[in-house]
Amino acid sequence: MTTLELKHVTKIYTVRGAGQIKALDDVSFTLESGRTIGLVGQSGSGKSTIAKILTHLETQTTGEVLYDGEVIPRGGKRLRRYRQQLRMVFQDPFASLNPYHTIRHHIERPLLLDSVVPRAEVETEVHRLLERVQLDSASVIDRRPHELSGGQRQRVAIARALASRPTFLVADEPVSMLDVSIRLGVLNLLADLQREEGLGVLYITHDLATARHFSDEIIVLNQGRVVEHGSADDVILNPRHPYTKSLRAASPDPERHFAQATSILGGGQ
Amino acid sequence: MSPVDRAATGTARPPADVDETAVDPLEVGTTSTEVHSRRVRVPWRFLGNRALFYLFTLWAAVTINFFVPRMMKGDAVSQYLSRNRNISPEAADALRSLLGLDTDKSLWQQYAEYLHLLVQGNLGVALTHGLRPVTEVIAGALPWTIGLVGVATVLAFSIGTVGGAVIGWKRGSKLDILIPLTTFLNTIPYFWLGLMAISIFAVNLGWLPIGKAFGPGVSPEWSFEFIGQVVKHGTLPALTIVVASLGGWMLGMRNMMLTVLDEDYITVAHAKGMPSRRVLWRYAARNAVLPQIQSFALAIGFIVGGTVVMEMVFSYPGVGKMLLDATNAKDYALMQGVFLVITLSVLLANILADVAYAFLDPRTRQTES
Amino acid sequence: MSTTPLLDANAVEPEVPAGAARPGRLGGAFAMFRNGKSVAGLVILGFFLVVAVLAPWLAPFSATKIDAAARLQPPSAEHWLGTTHLGEDVFSQVIWGTRGVMVVGILATVFAITIAITVGVLSGYTSGWRSESLSALANVFLVLPGLPLIIVVSSLFVDPPLWMIAIILGLTGWAWGARVLRAQTMSLRNRDFVQAAKANGEPLRRIIAVEMLPNLMGLIAASVVGTMTAAVIGLTTLSFIGVIPVSNYNWGTILNWASAQGAFQQNQWWWYLPPGLCIAAIGVALSLLNFGIDEYVNPRLRSAGERARAMKKRGMDVNASVTQVRRIGGADETVAVVEIDREESPR
Repeated sequence: MTTLELKHVTKIYTVRGAGQIKALDDVSFTLESGRTIGLVGQSGSGKSTIAKILTHLETQTTGEVLYDGEVIPRGGKRLRRYRQQLRMVFQDPFASLNPYHTIRHHIERPLLLDSVVPRAEVETEVHRLLERVQLDSASVIDRRPHELSGGQRQRVAIARALASRPTFLVADEPVSMLDVSIRLGVLNLLADLQREEGLGVLYITHDLATARHFSDEIIVLNQGRVVEHGSADDVILNPRHPYTKSLRAASPDPERHFAQATSILGGGQ
Repeated sequence: MSPVDRAATGTARPPADVDETAVDPLEVGTTSTEVHSRRVRVPWRFLGNRALFYLFTLWAAVTINFFVPRMMKGDAVSQYLSRNRNISPEAADALRSLLGLDTDKSLWQQYAEYLHLLVQGNLGVALTHGLRPVTEVIAGALPWTIGLVGVATVLAFSIGTVGGAVIGWKRGSKLDILIPLTTFLNTIPYFWLGLMAISIFAVNLGWLPIGKAFGPGVSPEWSFEFIGQVVKHGTLPALTIVVASLGGWMLGMRNMMLTVLDEDYITVAHAKGMPSRRVLWRYAARNAVLPQIQSFALAIGFIVGGTVVMEMVFSYPGVGKMLLDATNAKDYALMQGVFLVITLSVLLANILADVAYAFLDPRTRQTES
Repeated sequence: MSTTPLLDANAVEPEVPAGAARPGRLGGAFAMFRNGKSVAGLVILGFFLVVAVLAPWLAPFSATKIDAAARLQPPSAEHWLGTTHLGEDVFSQVIWGTRGVMVVGILATVFAITIAITVGVLSGYTSGWRSESLSALANVFLVLPGLPLIIVVSSLFVDPPLWMIAIILGLTGWAWGARVLRAQTMSLRNRDFVQAAKANGEPLRRIIAVEMLPNLMGLIAASVVGTMTAAVIGLTTLSFIGVIPVSNYNWGTILNWASAQGAFQQNQWWWYLPPGLCIAAIGVALSLLNFGIDEYVNPRLRSAGERARAMKKRGMDVNASVTQVRRIGGADETVAVVEIDREESPR
């Protein structure tokens, strides 16, 4: 079992002319392979910052990120090897794929970069990955992103993330920009892949329902701070922090009477 | 903690893995909730940045002027000085410094003295204008250029912007033909357009005079006759500039209009029942015109270039023609002086355009928080 | 819209209609040259290029051959475009002049674009002082008035060769392209697919060359066209006003002589019209190319007019304040099918 640990991570951004913004404040948690953690919070709570720090697109101001007990490397070959183990699926299925290149190019690049399979087998591997995410590889492989639907693009993004056979997957709101009717399909795909490959998944979302359905643990983030952390059922069914409670109360429940809902929220939203 | 939650948990001690700090859960996250005052904020930082940049550009122009004569081959410059014997010693000194002849001093010293002269406003004397100070000679020609260019550009910008807005609004109508037409006119070189204009209107039709700012035998004074002559002589050059540059403004505005009209807030304005006219002018055009102002600032350099040519074609007594005549007659002091003055004017115009833009675009005002 | 149950996890996702074009790798890059306007522009440019290359075979005389007996003659069988005040053949002069224009035009453009791409993309991708200083450099060249600067610098040289003129023109013309490319690169830099490439460990040179550059192609093409227009007009203007000495033969020099000899006042149209029209023709060709590329890069421009016209055909006004509702289908149907039309913005 491999672990990815954040220890007292703080991230402060300096904005020219507007002072400093504390995006993360003393965040600590551990991600284990084979388990899914749901990271829940509203826009601006710091969720994406954590994703960027984990993928080394940003560096933290203070604190450590430990992969299997060792601090993640700052550069060079060792950083490359770390990056191979942690991949990300982005939120916007259209923006995360280069509009100029074919799907084949997108899946090939990580395979070639990390020499996952010998050169002769790259083409077969591309097909295998596409079939793995339930796409018809023959029809999709030579197309460009704008010729695919949102759900198909997101599946390509997942295939690309899996290409290097990582241990950890960071999914930054993977279904927020997809049609509601296909969200479950993509999420179930992620769940299947996680189970079959034994991945450690950090599922970032603002949607409590899918977080509970999909994760083993849930972390609630508010203004850069972890306000609640526990097993999925525990956090959703017995929220203790007032912020978590308000989050839960804000989810529309068709069975709850309107009058009840407004009183819990403190009158009028 | 809200009263409801306090009631629910009673006085129990909070569990270990729940954050202690009191945070109003209904507060919006990290975004500001202040209200800014209504008065207009002056975007000092933005303007300050621009001013610094223009100073740097001015310095670059001054330095280019410093090096150009010093890079000239042979004794062109000293020959030119030796041809003219009637220069006063002070003027000769100034000229030597301006034209790079003081090679007995170190480069740094030359540079320092050169800058010193400029700051004093001493640009030397003009050998082709009877040894009058360069500043005086330029001051005589500058108003003509500013008048001609100013009027023509304002006209072209206004007609082009309004026209572009209307064409963009009425997309798909017959007005669309105006775009390729005006763009075609834009690609014809200024000077050819000017020469054709002279050939057609002045020579063949005889409606307007061939060139110059005013007729022979008339002296500059504030009389109706003089002003009438100025307008008559200025019509053809101004019109040529307008016709040649109209295409650019129109195309830019029309493209911006098309982009703006696709935005949702235009649809909302329509849906609110706002009269079409208001949507066109108050909403669409007002947003589309912002990049136009920016491109106006950038176009000032090109406009000046066009004026140089136009003045030559029409023999208009402005600084453009002066630059050309000075270059051909190898009056280097005058040539450099005109270059500096032109550059200075362009920078000033840019500053004005930046100020206008800063005040018109609420976003630049906003970011000064 | 689909009526499959919401929780059907195996719902087949709607496929994008196969009508979407599927160009090959190279085809994608040149798709912008496929529409009518671009083709027309390229044809005209190609024509002049051929004339420039084949000048020695196409021109009946040399540009300076004097036929003292036939001065200032209007077009005739022997001199297709007449003669100058010295008896030179105007037609030959125009053909020979094409060389100067094309050589300087192309050289200056290549030079300017190379600088523009380097400065623009580098300053767009980096941040901090590197980016700001490169941007300031470009802005200085943008603000400094070009023509006066060229005049001042040209006074240095007595008889500059063509390539030197091309370099001077290139040095004053790169700034605009650099600025535009910088802005676009900055916006691309933050796009997810670039972040994804970074996160996957792609080296910097591959990110710039393979991921970003292809997406900048449209802008680069437009820059090339714009720079070439400026170079051609710059060259002919400089020759006309005499800053570039008349030993360099191009259309501007012909006009210089014509103007100096008063051809415009004396209606010797065969002398001054052809060179001017040629300059205009190149300008038009480049404009057409520009329009063609513009429409490819910004699809809103392409279809805005077409949509409006299509709506007009069906009796609807694109600017109407109320969403247009039109009834189609027969009056005897119990349910009337209503077509609601409004402009769809392409995503």
